[in-house]
Amino acid sequence: MKIRIANGRVIDPANQTDRIQDVYIADGKIAALGHAPDGFVDARTIDATGLVVAPGLIDLAARLREPGFEYRATLESEMDAAMAGGVTSLAIPPDTDPVLDEPGLVEMLCYRAKKLNRAHVYPVGALTLGLKGERLSEMAELVEAGCVAFSQANVPILDNTVLMRAMQYAATFDFRVWLQPIAPFLSRGGYAHDGEVATRLGLPGIPVAAETVALFTYLQLAKITGARLHITRLSSADGLRLIEQARAEGMDVTCDVSINHLHLSDMDIGYFNANCHLVPPLRSQRDREALCRGLAEGRINALCSDHTPVDDDGKLTPFSESEPGATGLELLLPLTLKWAAASGLSLLDGLARVTSDAARIVGITKAGHLSVGARADVCIFDPAAQVRISRDTLRSQGKNTAFLGLELPGQVRYTLVEGQLMFAIDHA
Amino acid sequence: MRNPQLNKNGELQHLLTLDGLPRDVLNAILDNATPFTEVAEREVKKLPILRGKSIFNLFFENSTRTRTTFEIAAKRLSADVVNLNVSTSSTTKGESLLDTVDNLCAMQADMFVVRHAASGAPVLIAQHLQATGRDHIHVINAGDGRHAHPTQGLLDMYTIRHYKRDFTQLTIAIVGDVLHSRVARSQIAALTTLGVPEVRVIGPKTLLPTEIEKLGVRVFHDMSEGLRGVDVVMMLRLQNERMNGALLPTPQEFYKVWGLTAEKLALAKPDAIVMHPGPMNRGVEIESAVADGAQAVILPQVTFGIAVRMAVMSMLAGQ
Repeated sequence: MKIRIANGRVIDPANQTDRIQDVYIADGKIAALGHAPDGFVDARTIDATGLVVAPGLIDLAARLREPGFEYRATLESEMDAAMAGGVTSLAIPPDTDPVLDEPGLVEMLCYRAKKLNRAHVYPVGALTLGLKGERLSEMAELVEAGCVAFSQANVPILDNTVLMRAMQYAATFDFRVWLQPIAPFLSRGGYAHDGEVATRLGLPGIPVAAETVALFTYLQLAKITGARLHITRLSSADGLRLIEQARAEGMDVTCDVSINHLHLSDMDIGYFNANCHLVPPLRSQRDREALCRGLAEGRINALCSDHTPVDDDGKLTPFSESEPGATGLELLLPLTLKWAAASGLSLLDGLARVTSDAARIVGITKAGHLSVGARADVCIFDPAAQVRISRDTLRSQGKNTAFLGLELPGQVRYTLVEGQLMFAIDHA
Repeated sequence: MRNPQLNKNGELQHLLTLDGLPRDVLNAILDNATPFTEVAEREVKKLPILRGKSIFNLFFENSTRTRTTFEIAAKRLSADVVNLNVSTSSTTKGESLLDTVDNLCAMQADMFVVRHAASGAPVLIAQHLQATGRDHIHVINAGDGRHAHPTQGLLDMYTIRHYKRDFTQLTIAIVGDVLHSRVARSQIAALTTLGVPEVRVIGPKTLLPTEIEKLGVRVFHDMSEGLRGVDVVMMLRLQNERMNGALLPTPQEFYKVWGLTAEKLALAKPDAIVMHPGPMNRGVEIESAVADGAQAVILPQVTFGIAVRMAVMSMLAGQ
């Protein structure tokens, strides 16, 4: 179907575009910008007057909970959430059950996702079998099955020799290694940032050293092995400093942060709000500010939702017994806008962190931008709308987020995937 | 974010923690406890204040002492008391905490006295009751994880007020395993709220939580230095499982450095009192000569504990 998106403010960070113009879509691709291609007859016109037309968002971490945790969420429910959130490409962490360590499983996930025909999925394979940190996974086969990178999700490898070998093996093929900095023993038995709040509430703490010690190890091993390292879910100012030091020494390492860590601190735990039980833990206000600045200045490369739907039963327990994680797909855009505005960033620069910059980390070339010929994954949103986040408005099966009840900027009005209109609110 | 233990009018709905509890509420509880100490001396130790009320002692963690004092307090107020040792029943069958609570609510509970190994469990119950519109049911925290043990904190305040009168002139030391201690957290919250100008914590770095000084205390690692000139010494219990390992080498070394001996106590003011929440480890935290000595007020603490718990229960659910 041919679509014309009319009169929208087209913001395309990859091409440094921010201007009002029409976008023409044909055959699932961007056919032209500004002027209609010869003989273009649109079957549908989307009136984007007053709206922003941006590349569909790319999320570096979205747990869809399949296979294994279907009682928490299903591909269907979470794909709906992605569409409602304007997120058109998702990297999937391997901590499903069974974990994504088998080519067959990855193929099945890709097949199921493709059949649903909504967001594109980019599975991240398990670095080690079962995430157990003992044996390497079949990385070459997994890449053939569709994996774009390898990670341990939130499960650290105990034996650094295994970690080094895994990084070496991945480096053999120049595969991407995404690691979350968690030092296994320093984080064990902890539930919150080791600081005043944890002390006051009597929650066993996780020191910042759990992040920095792991980071130091990862950076050293990446240096030795030449692995293409991406650090996921940074939580601390000290952690960011270590990454910058490594870069100053010439190392090519990228990193991301989650929407939660950008907007919340350990103070938000309040009276044991289990929606603030996250991995890594929410850290101090000082850390949060450093992450905001780091992301604004591009020292942190991308922002992700770290979408982790948890059912109510998993959260209606004492804090330390609750399942960590927060739903996020539908909050990625609003929280990007909120952070960009608070940081004095233009929409163009703000959106880069969830489009072009994120695409680079996953290795997506045909999306994340609106160049002619690109896949027509488009997010059209009303930047002026304020939307109150509530259990009823969230399409994700997970209602677990600390942002419930808050008004956030930005409302997605249309989401297109490969030129097909997958989500629409015609009247705001 | 409303303090979950106060109702819309700022009155005490539950007793969950002493952290953030206003000074006048603390004082009101202590004032209300005084007449209840006299009940114990009567021949008939019973008042009809909670007649017809059902109080469930919901203990997810073993305790004899605290549960017994709550039971005595409730019975002296004429309440019906049901003791549930849940660590050996529902949860081992896989029932969730809130399911257990809902079941007991269906049995017309008026009050829960909750002990749980996880910090915040009684807060969760209180929030659940509020979210489901059951404001007539009250929760008393009888100790949750490392978080709070408010009735212990209150009985300690009662004891200090009994012996020392004016909080605003005191120097008080809390000694030992602050890291794992809900008692210490409740004591610190109450002492700082009641205007004690200097609250000290004394212990090895492994047993003092991060940023404890932000709770308004002065940190000491040296026992002699920390005890010098204090009016009150509050000892903490050292759990057996913390004694040998990565937190402390041995109980012997702990006793040598931080155990309260008569010799060290001599550094405190001559009229200093010695407190302990019990059960004591003699020869680990405290020397027997001190525990049984003239300055110890450890047994009066227990007696006052019943009066304080009666005061709390009657304030929450009394007619």
